[in-house]
Amino acid sequence: MGEEVKLFRSWSSPFALRIVWALEIKGIEYEAVFEDLSNKSPLLLQYNPVHKKVPILVHNGRPIAESFVILEYIDETWKQVPLLPKDPYERAMARFWAKFCEDKVLTSIWSAFIKQGKEQEEALVAAAENLKFLEKEMKGKKFFGGERIGYVDLVLGWLANLVSIFEEIIGLKIVDEEKFPLLYSWMQDFAEAPIIRDNWPPRDKMIVKFQALLDAAIASSSSSSSSSK
Amino acid sequence: MADEIVLLSSWPSMFSMRVRVALAEKGLKYEYREEDLQNKSPLLLKMNPVHKKIPVLIHNGKPIYESMIIVEYIDEVWNHKSPLLPTDPYQRAEARFWADYVDKKLSDNGKKIIWSTKGEEQETGKKEFIECLKLLERELGDNPYFGGENFGFVDVSLVTFSCWFHTYESYGNFSIETECPKLIAWTKRCLEKESVSSSLADPHKIHDFALGVRKRLGIE
Repeated sequence: MGEEVKLFRSWSSPFALRIVWALEIKGIEYEAVFEDLSNKSPLLLQYNPVHKKVPILVHNGRPIAESFVILEYIDETWKQVPLLPKDPYERAMARFWAKFCEDKVLTSIWSAFIKQGKEQEEALVAAAENLKFLEKEMKGKKFFGGERIGYVDLVLGWLANLVSIFEEIIGLKIVDEEKFPLLYSWMQDFAEAPIIRDNWPPRDKMIVKFQALLDAAIASSSSSSSSSK
Repeated sequence: MADEIVLLSSWPSMFSMRVRVALAEKGLKYEYREEDLQNKSPLLLKMNPVHKKIPVLIHNGKPIYESMIIVEYIDEVWNHKSPLLPTDPYQRAEARFWADYVDKKLSDNGKKIIWSTKGEEQETGKKEFIECLKLLERELGDNPYFGGENFGFVDVSLVTFSCWFHTYESYGNFSIETECPKLIAWTKRCLEKESVSSSLADPHKIHDFALGVRKRLGIE
């Protein structure tokens, strides 16, 4: 029976990128459907009525949403090149670190980028605290998955690309090579890995996009504050 | 070799209760340790240095954290009875999606109903909370459980919120049974299970607990 695999994504979504990597690492053939998130297609809304977001994986007509859920589905359905470890304890740890990356690391680094003044300072401190935990976790490993890229690497992968874009735009260091040597080295190894490297969105387009988001955030915060900083 | 299982818990926490339900479903014996969250034990701080939160399951000395991650771990290790996740990958994905939905939507909106000092925030929280419950009720459909014929992963994720319903209703001034009668019927069905009734806190004790916290926060 022919497999039909479709991935609804946008050109820049780091969440959808996780799924691109997972599919390509496992050598799964798929059709990418690019969505304009400012003008969502009826099909997107039909496949993900709850969150109305990308990524959505559609496998033989059946949709799955939420990147973590999709990653586990892919790993269970196509067993070659496993993303999660076999041992239940190691799997629980991988899931924990993935959630940590999403809930804490992503949130604090985004705040460090998008906020200004005192809020930005606080976000940078929080980000550094979170990165310390990741640095510790990297000890003795090339990737979070061990010798090769795994589930946590794919979840955190956006860091290896977006952070340098953020740093360029705001002119501040978020992942300092001296403070986080292992993490920094992971970022280089991950970004240069064959499938990962071939799928980064165009850097110049990303800079334009995130500069625009930052400009909008600054504009809305200065128009709502009563005193200038 | 006998398994050594310790649960670091806090009795009002719906997240701790999820782990208790899962352990009971599997018929597992464990040591329950109540944590004072205003005065966290050295064991908790050692076992969960990243978040310093409960629940923490310690299995043969190794800690696992985040309630639904713990539940999935329990399901994988003790797979001899009462499977909580189905075997089919697509059905597993659906279960994970809905448990994630409960985690993303219910807790934060519930907090706004009880702990909010601003009326507008409380109203928004209440409106979204009810919408979420209605969506979950539609997802349940005519099945006895979210797991279909059997109590499963999504049931565990949601049922522990039910002992907080009386508190949400009281502070939000609404009736969940009026809004979502099928969901209330489902909670009653779940409470007929020993694993659930023995793990959930008394709704009136939860209400007293919430009152105490509100006083401490100066919003009562």
